[in-house]
Order: sequence, then C-alpha cells, then structure tokens
Amino acid sequence: MMRIGLLRGVTVIVAFLFLYKLLQLQVFNSNYRVLSENNAVLEIAKYPERGFIFDRNGRLMVSNQPAYDVMIIPENVSPFDTIAFCELVDISKKELTQNLIKARRYSKRLPSVVVNQISKETYAKLQEQMWKFEGFFIQKKSLREYRVPHASNVLGYVSEVNRNDLERDAYYNLGEIIGRQGVEKSYENKLRGVKGKSFLQKDRFNRIIGPYKEGLYDVTPVPSKDLYLTLDSDLQAYGEALMQNKRGGIVAIEPATGEVLALVNAPSYDPGLLVGRKRSSNYTKLANDTLSKPLFDRGLLAQYPPGSPFKTLNALIALQEGVISPDTKFTCNKGHYYARGAFMECHCSYGTRNDLYEAIHESCNTYFSITYRRIIEKYETPEEGVDQWKEHLKSFGLGNYLGYDLPIGRPGLVPGANYYNRAYPPGQWKAPTIISNAIGQGEILTTPIQLANFTAAIANRGYYYTPHFVKRIEGDSIQKNFTKKITSIDPKHFEVVIDGMEKVIQKGTARIARIPGIEVCGKTGTAENFTRIDGEVVQLTDHSIFVAFAPKENPKIAIAVFIENGYWGARWAAPIASLMIEDYLTGEVKRKWLENRMLEGSLTEEYLKPVSGKSFAINE
Amino acid sequence: MNNQNYRIDWISVIIYFCLVSFGIANIYSSTYDENNTYLFNFNRPVGKQVLFFGVSLMSALFIIYSPTKFFERFSSLIYLIIILLLIGLFPFGSTISGARSWYVFGGVSLQPAEFAKIAVGLAVAKLLSEHQTNIKEFRSIGQVLFVILLPMLLILLQPDAGSVLVFGAFLFVLYREGLNHLYLYLIGGLIFLFILTLIAPIPFVYSALITFLIALFFISKKMNRKARFLPYFMVIFLSSAYVYSVDYIFNEIFEQRHRDRFNIVLGKEVDTQGIGYNLNQSKIAIGSGGWNGKGYLQGTQTKGGFVPEQHTDYIFSTVGEEWGFFGSALLVLLFTILILRILFRAEHQKNVFARVYAYSVASIFFIHFFINVGMSIGIVPTIGIPLPFISYGGSSLLAFTCLLFIYINLDAKRLNESNL
Repeated sequence: MMRIGLLRGVTVIVAFLFLYKLLQLQVFNSNYRVLSENNAVLEIAKYPERGFIFDRNGRLMVSNQPAYDVMIIPENVSPFDTIAFCELVDISKKELTQNLIKARRYSKRLPSVVVNQISKETYAKLQEQMWKFEGFFIQKKSLREYRVPHASNVLGYVSEVNRNDLERDAYYNLGEIIGRQGVEKSYENKLRGVKGKSFLQKDRFNRIIGPYKEGLYDVTPVPSKDLYLTLDSDLQAYGEALMQNKRGGIVAIEPATGEVLALVNAPSYDPGLLVGRKRSSNYTKLANDTLSKPLFDRGLLAQYPPGSPFKTLNALIALQEGVISPDTKFTCNKGHYYARGAFMECHCSYGTRNDLYEAIHESCNTYFSITYRRIIEKYETPEEGVDQWKEHLKSFGLGNYLGYDLPIGRPGLVPGANYYNRAYPPGQWKAPTIISNAIGQGEILTTPIQLANFTAAIANRGYYYTPHFVKRIEGDSIQKNFTKKITSIDPKHFEVVIDGMEKVIQKGTARIARIPGIEVCGKTGTAENFTRIDGEVVQLTDHSIFVAFAPKENPKIAIAVFIENGYWGARWAAPIASLMIEDYLTGEVKRKWLENRMLEGSLTEEYLKPVSGKSFAINE
Repeated sequence: MNNQNYRIDWISVIIYFCLVSFGIANIYSSTYDENNTYLFNFNRPVGKQVLFFGVSLMSALFIIYSPTKFFERFSSLIYLIIILLLIGLFPFGSTISGARSWYVFGGVSLQPAEFAKIAVGLAVAKLLSEHQTNIKEFRSIGQVLFVILLPMLLILLQPDAGSVLVFGAFLFVLYREGLNHLYLYLIGGLIFLFILTLIAPIPFVYSALITFLIALFFISKKMNRKARFLPYFMVIFLSSAYVYSVDYIFNEIFEQRHRDRFNIVLGKEVDTQGIGYNLNQSKIAIGSGGWNGKGYLQGTQTKGGFVPEQHTDYIFSTVGEEWGFFGSALLVLLFTILILRILFRAEHQKNVFARVYAYSVASIFFIHFFINVGMSIGIVPTIGIPLPFISYGGSSLLAFTCLLFIYINLDAKRLNESNL
C-alpha cells in the first residue's frame, strides 16, 4: 500500500505546500505589490510653463527661454569625431572626456548631461550635425528670460529647491524650480501652476517602454498664471539710472490705490545675471559684496531714522490732539533749551516766530520740539502720552510690517511706554528725555516704503491702501486683500500740513524740486547716522531724505527717496524725487541740467571713507 | 477508435489542451511586443510555440493511431536511437548558453535530452515487465540502473545538470515496482541529512545523528533482544562520513554560485541584486498578483522584463502576476489532477509495461512541476528545467506531448489487455 501511495501522497503534499506558499506570497503579503510598482512604474512630473510677468502697462518683463543640454546614453555612443564636437559646443577635449567618463560611471543605459546649457546658436549648429554623434541627444529645459535689466529686487529670482523647501512643502521634488525672492517667491503658486503626473512603464534596464495602463492614472497639469505688476517699468528703469553710484532706495506709490510704481534699490543688478551657465558665480559675487550689498533691498529692509519728514506726522498728531492750531506760533532762537542745560539747535535766525506753515517749510526744530512736548504732556503721565502718540503713528503703518506682497520686510520701530520703561527706570523719563522723536531723529526707525506709504496717506488726506506690487493675475483674482486703512487723523487737519509741504517746494528747503506746471508737496530730511569702526561709534555723513507727492490735488504719485550719506535732503533726494515725479507725470524730463547732475553724481568716495582706514571728515 | 474497448482518457486530454493554450497565452504575454502582436509570426517565441503545438498535435494523433504493441516492441530501438543521438551531440551538437545540448537544423533546434525521458520510461517499463527481471535481485537492479544512468551520464557531460535531476523521477517508479524500502529510507535519509547539514551547525548535526541512532538501537534492543550494535555503529559511521563530506563538498568544492543558490532558498542569505535577482524578481511578480492578478497583458513586472527567462523557466511568475492566486492555484490543481489521475489509472492496468510507463510519466511530470514551480516561489533552489506544456520550448512541448500521448495510447487499451 505504501508503494502505491507514496507518489500520490507526495503529490498532494506538494500541491498543498504550493497553495500555502502562494497564499502567503500573493494574498497575505502586500509588500510585493509596492515592490513591483517601484520596480516597473515610473512617475514623471509634467510641468506647466512658468507664468510671464508684465508691468502695469502690459510690458513684458519676464518670460521663459529654452535652454539646451547635450545628453548622452553611454551604451549607444559609437566612436565620433571628438575634435569636431568640442569645437561645435565650445568645450575642451579634457572636459569632454571627463564628462563622458562620469556619465559612463553613473549609468550605461540612463541619460547624463555632457554639456550644460548651450546657446540657441550652438543648438542650431549642433542640431544639423547631430547625426554624426550617435547616442547623443539634446534635452530642452526652460529657464527664466529677463526682458529688462532692472527691477531685480521686485522680480526676484528662481532656483532649484533645497533640502529645507523639500521638508517644508511636500509638493516639491528634488531638481525642481522654486521662486526664491520677489514676486517669484510670493506668487510662486500662481506662477508655477500645478504640475501634472504621467506614469510610464519601465523595463528591467529602467528604460521607458510606454505609458502605464495607457495613461489611465495620468494627471494633467494646471496651467500657470501671468502676473501684471503695479510697477511702471520705465519709471523703475529711470529710478535705477538716477541712483547709479549711490546707495539707498526709492519707493513710489500711487496714493489712490496703494500700487507701488517703483521700488528702486541701489546698487542694483541685472536680473539676467541669475540665469544660465554663470548663475552661481554671479550669485556668489553679489552675495559676497558686503560693502554695497546689492542683494539687500533697502526700500523694504533698511531701517533708518526718518528725519525731518517725520515732522509732518507730529504736526498732524498735534492738530488731532488739539495741542496746537495752525496759527500757534513759537519763537525760535537758533534753537531752544528743551531742558535745563539741554539746547536743541535750529537753523532759524535768532528771534524767528514761526506758525505751523512756516515751521514745516523752514523745518523748524524748535517748533516741533515744543509741539512734541505738548503732545506727550497732554496726558497725566508721559507713558500715556507716548502711547497715544504711538497709536497715531501705527495708524499710518509705522512700526509694523505693512502687509505688502513681497516676501521680505522690516517693521521699523515706534517706541512706546514699554520701550522707554525698559530703556530708563520707570518714572525717570519725561518728554524732554525722548525729545529727539520730535524731529524724526530719536529711537524711531522707518523703512523707505513706510515713508512713501505715510506720504501717500497724507496725499490722500487721511487714508492709504496697503502698498502692493501685483495689479492683477491673468485669469485669477488677487487673494490678498489690499484694503483701505483709515488713519486716526481727521481729514480736515491735513490741508494745513499739505499747504506747508507745498511751501517747502515753493519757498522752503526744497526749491530745487520745483517742477514747472506741477504742484509738488514735499518735505526734506537730513538724518544723522553712525557706524562702528573698530568698536568705536563714528558719525558718518548725514542721510539725504525727501518725501513728496504730486499733484497737490488728486495726487498721482507719492514718493520717498533715501540716499545714504548724501548729506542734506535737497542735495540728492529732493532732485531725484522731483525728476521721478516729472518723468512719471509728464512722460519726459525737461530739466536736463538737473537730470545730468543726478545721473553723473557719484557718492563712491563718500562710501569709501569709513572703509579706507584713515580718518575722514563728514558733511563736506 | 470506435472500438468500445478503446477508451481515451479524455480528462487528461482536456487538461493537456488547457495547459498548452494557457502556456501559449502566457508566452505571448511574457514576450509581448506592441509592434508585433501577430500570433503566427514564426520569428517570435509565441509563433514558434504555436508551430510546435501544431507539430505536437500531429504527433499526438500519430501516436494515438499507432498499434499499442508498437511501443513495447520498439522500446529498445527507441532507447538505442536516443542514446546515439545523445552521443552524437558531442561531435555534431550546438552549444546554446553553455551546454552542448542541441541539434540545430535550419532554424529549428531540438534537445535530445527532452526525448530521453520518454526513451528511458519505455526502456524501464520494458525491462521491468519482462519475466526474468526481479527488482529484488541485484542483477536486475543493476540492469535497470544502467538503463537510467547511461543517459544521465551523457546529459551530465553536456553539461545540463537540471535535466539530469529529472531522472530522479525513476526512483518513484522503481519503488512502486518493489525496490527494497531500505533504498527509499537511504535516499530519504540522505536528502534529509543533506539539508540538515546545510542549515544546522555541524556539531549539532553530529550529536543529533548519534543520539538518534543510539536511541533507536536501545528501542529495538528492548523489542528484539537479538539486535546487535554493529550495524547501528556502521550506520552512525557512514552517515557521519556523509555529513562530513556534504559539508566539505559544499564549502570546499562547490563554487560560490552553487552555494548561493542553496543559501538563498534556505534563507541564509539575502541578495536581491546578484545571484538572488531572478528569484527576487520572480517573487515580486508573483507576490504582486494578489487574489485576481493584474490582468492579462497587464503585468508590470512581465512587461518590463524584470524576470529573466520569464517565458521559459520562470513562466510561472507571469501566471502569478497576471492571473493572481486564482490563476496560479488553478494551474497547481490542474497539474495535481493530471498526475494523480495518471497514477490512479496506472493501478488499474493489468499490463505491467503500461503500468510502469504510466508511473514514469506521472513521476516525470511531478518532478518538473515540483522543481519548476518550487523554484519560482522560492522553495527549491534555482534549477533550470521547464514547466511541462507551459514553458516556451519546442523540444520540450513535443517531448511532453509524446510522453503523455503514449500513456494515453497504452491506457486506452487497458480494459482490453488480452488483445495485447
């Protein structure tokens, strides 16, 4: 019986063994399915073309350009004329050999780059002779193309994602492009669109042999959107030209909308430097320039004491608080004693009696010092007074980020009671202690865009729109709400101050900014500033500041110009601002003599002083 | 054929057709090429297989219509021809993938080793059915072993170790026909010790062996006082020597690739890129099939060609991937039914020749089935032999068809033995 049964038994046992093993492999173990998908299915991303960027007038600023990489699949390469190839694509024989070896070491069957980003001309030449080079092919990729050499600080740039980006946002994969600065960063989601996916079947050599399941699981990409900036490309270019060989910033805003017409940073750089073969060496050069800091956007990031333009705000606050009226007069004796033994100088002649108009256009320190003191001392304690003052300033957007649509910014500083209680023993400070705030010279710090913004609020007689850089998005709405913000100052108080600002141009400190036929209102500023050299605090030449808007009625442009170490406000800032206004409002500049003086003027020597290692004189 | 006494085993024939059609479908999928979907393109594997299916069917018809006596009468001649063909390979054969196993004429290649199984089956059946043969005698055993070992030796010299192993199937046949139990114990014991030696530490194997046999001795001593120690001692000595030599051969004489094949199946080594690549990819293919499989022509492993030799030795991985557990289980069941059916019907044969031959057929199918499927799912070390009727290969399909249909011919007349 055993003889007959043996093979039958073994067969049945083997059958059960197989069924058991098959169940285990196929049904109870799901790892194999994942393994087979990793093995055989390749997911590749399909990228929509990155959106274009236009200026407010529809002028194309940024588009895309094709770039061509020469690729090889080593196993398909047959002997070729290396000298002809090297001449064609302009690389050395040594480099070619190295790249070929590198490619072969990476994989014989997978493509590698041999020559990076050849030009369109080279591509055209190579394409004709491609048949001579078996195993070579050309892969197209898309790079940014900058149609203008300016506005790099607003446009920003793109670069490959890094480890942080990958960890922060699961959308990205290695090798993809992300907006790194400017609107490229803040509108990344609109500009990039949403990538699609297609699934491909691979074979055992990792070669693609066709779509997986006839593209059943493929996802079509969502197209990108084009941006229309608020910038006026011509005005921006003009601003950058005026600022050459100077350091500082210009911010121009359309008061009625909050649209930023120009955001100039000086020194600037051509955005095209950060594209293509030389990108990384160019970037390193820019990043390593720690003296003129071209990558540091002063218009948004530099916090300076605002200087005299700040007097306009103090005037408005004083009027609102009712501590002065337009007719209030104070006597200036080339300055005044604001406390025992503490004298604040002023350039008014001895015994001048100024009312508010005169105080503004003559920029009388004494007048505003007394005014400021009245604001602070209106309340029982200086704490209350300074906090009330702070609230008014906050309503002009000072002391905080403005909420505009670029990824970088600084809040500036508006000191309140808390600040001074930390700086001094509580109860030990009073209005005279903090009197420098009266003339924009104390602890208060603002950025140029904040200066431009409060100027716009004055131009609007009491409100501003959050400044912003994107006017509209093609086929989409702007999600951020750049709403109207109303200041804490009654509209009726503005006319006095605006009249004073008009006088500044007509007969005050900034007569050089007069533009025939246009009523310009402005305020000059000259801000003391200090740096540290070898651990010692050293005073540098004053910053030249000017804020303005025009025309007086129904203003079209509000502008703030800040020239580092430019000395007094009317020397650089006021002429540059008036040229900008003239160019924007009339479309041409008639005052060629002034334009030439600004274009040719250079502060290079001034900037070399603190780094020369020698002692130097300031304000000369 | 209309003769009432001529009863064809239709179930086996139906299983045969199922298996071959299923095989062609899977070869088509394994070698699928979008630009070349035509089934009868004879330059492609599936076309060749279809062509050989035609040839096989004609041979099957020819065999069924042959007089039953023919096979018994000409078994020696057939055997002789096969031996000559095997010898002829050395001067005239062609070498394909390292083995001189093929005759190639005009695009058609034939592998005599595949047909040698039939010849040996017939010769063993002939020998054992003769009156003067007695399997209990050494002389007869010697004769039978010679008949089996001669082609094995010739095939081993090609070298084609996989095909040699198949002849182990005849052990089942000889055992059924009365070979002493001792031989079975011996071979079973040797295989058991072989595997034990490879997985367990050697000192453990020795001590387990000695303990077991000494215990066995004392048990039989209690039951039978005459039991003597000497034979047990001999067994201990010989088996220890065997274990030692297995260990020695495995570690010193085997090449690394041989060792790797065993080690991977025994789970002692994990290597999915080198030697273990085939098995790993095959397991991935089968394992990713799930209950229902990915669907015909939808296997990603199969389409991507990840499993080497997928249309020949690893055809079962295509089945597993595209037809899932249900498809694979069905295939396992079909083979099991076919083998069991032949075995049962063999027992009803009154004719010894037919019975021994039927047993040979079942044993050969079993060995192929066991080794091939076992290898694809990682139970058996990698041994390259085809899955009958399924794997791509003209010689193999033709030879298995002949093997089966000779059985069908013999089986059909079993009720009518007196006419033989």
